Amino acid sequence: MVNAAIALVLAPLAAFILIAFMTRRTEALSAMVGIVAAAASLVLSIGLLVGVLADPAGAHESIKWLSIPAIGHFRGLEISMGVLVDPLSATMCVIVSLVAFLVMIYSLGYMKGDPGFSRYYAYLSLFAFSMLGLVVADNYFQTFSFWELVGLCSYLLIGFWFEKKSAADASRKAFITNRWADFGFMVGVLLLFQLFGSFDFTELSTVIPLAKGGAMLPLIAALIFIGPLGKSAQFPFHVWLPDAMEGPTPVSALIHAATMVAAGVYLIARGFILFASVPAVMEGMAYIGGFTALFAASIALVQKDIKRILAYSTLSQLGYMFMALGVGSMSAGMFHLTTHAFFKALLFLGAGSVIHATGEQDIFKMGGLGKKMRITAWAFTIGALALSGIFPLAGFWSKDEILLASLRSGHVGLYVLGLGVAFMTAFYMFRLIFTAFGGASTEGLRAHESGPAMAIPLLVLAALSVVAGLIGSPWFERAFGFSFGSFIFFGEGEKSRLDLTTAAISSLVAVGGIGLAWIMYGKKLIKAERVAAAFGPAYRLLDHKFYIDEIYGWIFARVMLAGGRAFDWIDHKVIDGLFDGLGAATRATGRKLRLTQSGRLQGYALVIFGAVAIAALALSTDLLGGLLK
Amino acid sequence: MDFSAIRLELVAALIALSLLAVGLIAPRGKREMTGYIAAIAFLGLLALAFLAPGHGSSFLGGRFLNDPLALFFKRVFITAAFLVALMSLRFTAGLEESRSEFFALLAFSLVGMMVLSSANDFLSLYIGLELMTIPLVVLTAYDRASGKSTEAGTKYVLLSAISSAVLLFGLSLLFGASGSLAYGDVAAALAKPAFGPASGDPLAVIGGVMALAGFAFKIAAVPFHMWSPDIYEGAPTPVAAFLAVGSKTAGFAALARLLFFVLPSNGGGLSLVVISLSVLSMVVGNLIALPQTNMKRLLAYSSIAHAGYMLLGLVAASRAGLSALLYYIVLYLFANVGIFAAISSFGDGGRSGEIASLRGLWKRSPFMAASLLVCLLSLAGIPPAAGFLGKFYLLAEVARQGKLWLAALALLMSLVSISYYISVIRVIIMEKAEDESRIRVPIAQKAILALSALATVGLGVFPGPLTAWTQAIAAAVLR
Repeated sequence: MVNAAIALVLAPLAAFILIAFMTRRTEALSAMVGIVAAAASLVLSIGLLVGVLADPAGAHESIKWLSIPAIGHFRGLEISMGVLVDPLSATMCVIVSLVAFLVMIYSLGYMKGDPGFSRYYAYLSLFAFSMLGLVVADNYFQTFSFWELVGLCSYLLIGFWFEKKSAADASRKAFITNRWADFGFMVGVLLLFQLFGSFDFTELSTVIPLAKGGAMLPLIAALIFIGPLGKSAQFPFHVWLPDAMEGPTPVSALIHAATMVAAGVYLIARGFILFASVPAVMEGMAYIGGFTALFAASIALVQKDIKRILAYSTLSQLGYMFMALGVGSMSAGMFHLTTHAFFKALLFLGAGSVIHATGEQDIFKMGGLGKKMRITAWAFTIGALALSGIFPLAGFWSKDEILLASLRSGHVGLYVLGLGVAFMTAFYMFRLIFTAFGGASTEGLRAHESGPAMAIPLLVLAALSVVAGLIGSPWFERAFGFSFGSFIFFGEGEKSRLDLTTAAISSLVAVGGIGLAWIMYGKKLIKAERVAAAFGPAYRLLDHKFYIDEIYGWIFARVMLAGGRAFDWIDHKVIDGLFDGLGAATRATGRKLRLTQSGRLQGYALVIFGAVAIAALALSTDLLGGLLK
Repeated sequence: MDFSAIRLELVAALIALSLLAVGLIAPRGKREMTGYIAAIAFLGLLALAFLAPGHGSSFLGGRFLNDPLALFFKRVFITAAFLVALMSLRFTAGLEESRSEFFALLAFSLVGMMVLSSANDFLSLYIGLELMTIPLVVLTAYDRASGKSTEAGTKYVLLSAISSAVLLFGLSLLFGASGSLAYGDVAAALAKPAFGPASGDPLAVIGGVMALAGFAFKIAAVPFHMWSPDIYEGAPTPVAAFLAVGSKTAGFAALARLLFFVLPSNGGGLSLVVISLSVLSMVVGNLIALPQTNMKRLLAYSSIAHAGYMLLGLVAASRAGLSALLYYIVLYLFANVGIFAAISSFGDGGRSGEIASLRGLWKRSPFMAASLLVCLLSLAGIPPAAGFLGKFYLLAEVARQGKLWLAALALLMSLVSISYYISVIRVIIMEKAEDESRIRVPIAQKAILALSALATVGLGVFPGPLTAWTQAIAAAVLR
């Protein structure tokens, strides 16, 4: 099992090396190499999942990577590299390699003729390697290393079309925002090691319960939690994800919808014992998730760019997952991660198909696409229905699990909030569909159905979006004796249940959202412009995404950069200026003799002597005091 | 007297003298061969340093100590000198005259660094320091065609003189307080407090601060850093590289010995100074680097910041701290040499060094761009490059000593540093060049770039052997 896990991680790395060093010039071969490696990973992942289904104990093996022996009171530093195979990682491996495989096939059509075709497959393979490495990692240190590596791949892929300035800017923003979040993660991991002397997930799961109630544990959990906030783009770190849509659309599907952004959720699930022992952090997680879900869904209501609508929708759905984890249901969170991976990848690939055909991203410049692109339209609609949580599609089951979990844990407020988000979700998705696919076709808009390379992944994902939810249904449990909740869980396995009341309420809400969209955008009974005008300030607030980007931009420009400039200025101008006055007389006579362009030297010397004097005085204050007494 | 203890220094001095002689003997047209001879000689010296470093451990009655710590530093210096000599081939080829002296000066400066790392006595310390610095001054001013180079040389000699004066004053105070120049005697004398057990000797305090200041200048720690951006920018690129990796490391070699073995801890007083230098360097270096537009100035500020990180290893005399510092020095060497080699491969030999000149490098020379990327990521501390583990190692030790705020601050500042490294990376891989012609990278530069990138990734992925070595050294010298 361990060998298979190592092989499935290394296959894409081998592909990356092959493409980078050998097949770069032959584009078709590069794509083949990438796809074959992804297929190999997929087959091995499925084998792994089957193995874990038979034996849920899984396997764990690690080797010492760096060991610094203990000396005296120094505990030593032991870092290992290992592989942890259990239901959680096996399931995640299948999701990652499946979506990666489909996206690579899809990209054959989407990226055809791009000058960076081979480079694209090299990056995708590198990403697959990093992401799978993150998934099977058995300790926090290793996770962090791969965590950074996926961030780097994301940077490279967002900026793939770097000729566009916006793409280059977006990639930079994504990288830096994530690093801020990783700061918390890293400090947390350092502290964790200080406290327990181990990075290992399995070891920590036995020692953390013993330390419950300590003062350090809440701090550590809160710090580590910041990492997932960044990677999964939760408020206030959400700003990078919508901009990340500058990357090629298949990349958005793979990295910024299905897998990498889910890594935050995955990490919390992986180290759930840590968070579960600190109720305050769990509460915070639930409310940040709920807030992000609502906040992002509200922004999605007014967006016009098809990819940005989906991006805000991703933020909002990730918020749902955080909410589920926060109210204590790891199963519900991971279940939604799984189904969301399929239907959101489907939606992005569908959007890609539209963009590929029309070259347009503004949904209000589209229209009537449903007739010209039948496969895409159907697939997209299935994805939207799944996302809206319509029975019996995938989203219905997983979203209901979350709503039910928040209700049962006594978070009625979050439940109501979740319902509100469900309504908004259904509304903005069908606003998109009625506008872009329905109605009369826009003049001058040329569109055609995409080729088989793009259509087949759409069909596969559409099929999965229909059935994937069933693994969490009572029917599945009755037929096979287990379901998602009894396979991946924390504490005790959860029986799958169908609460008819909550199911009926959330279905009604979703249908209501679709209905309102139909009235406003399908039948145009209510003019959308009138609504926007009626809620002017609120509309502007949403349109500017609550001005968060502006605030961050201001902080960088006014605080960090200005700080740097100020120090630079002090270094050169203030000290020069000081001596411009003092040394003016000597300067006048010595101007011709001066070897240096400026009078900086005296200034530098003053700083040196001054610093020595201050340090010496500071250190001898007690001595001087002692002498004077 | 056991001369085998100074075998490496003797051979290095011999190399320097022979290079001068070769310059005189060689026919006019063939003088560029001195560069190759120098590189080969340094490589031979490196082999000697690993295979037969001399069995004697001390010379001149313990004034000169060839212990594992000194030997480690010597190997680093020789590696740096070898790489810089290779890097300089292109620069010296463009000179009208005095090509051979360039390499002789490099070798003399190397001898100085080696003496500095072995010094176990104030006198050898000072001789080593000056022997290292004076050739560096000449090298800084070597590019006579450039006014900036001459100006940089002048600045460097004046400011070095000031810092030497401060250092000498400090050493004389320490001599006054202890009555001896030998490290062992000084340490023993200072351990007996003259003015009460808690406070320590004021002479020793002031002397210690001044000695620290002298070397803080060499490692370019804030507020003794102001020379370095001007001088990195003005000096020929290979010389700037030698300043960044050679002279700075030599400063750390001397500081490590002074702080661990000579100066009394003075109730934590001096470590307070070290912490202040470190904090100031990290904050000021990283912040000023943000608005820079010249690559050499940016590197100067980044290396100021890195001096700050490295100082963290000297805060307390701990084995893990020293071991982490030594690991960091090696990864810092390779990352910086790689970046300087890339700058020096440009058409003008890196004279301008504007970041904008790196535009579209990805298209113009993919190999150079990739190696440069690896080195920059290492300095930024992104895995799998070695810089990540290096920082982690240092910070884990700082956190263990209970200074969590210091570790957090270092992390925060390294976070700020990502902003400017990523800006450079962005220029390299995402901006279009006006001139899209391919850059012909000289073979020597290619070799340095390949070695730096490989070493940087290699040390990050397989850190075991090097950390085992640095731990052994730390265990041998610190009890």
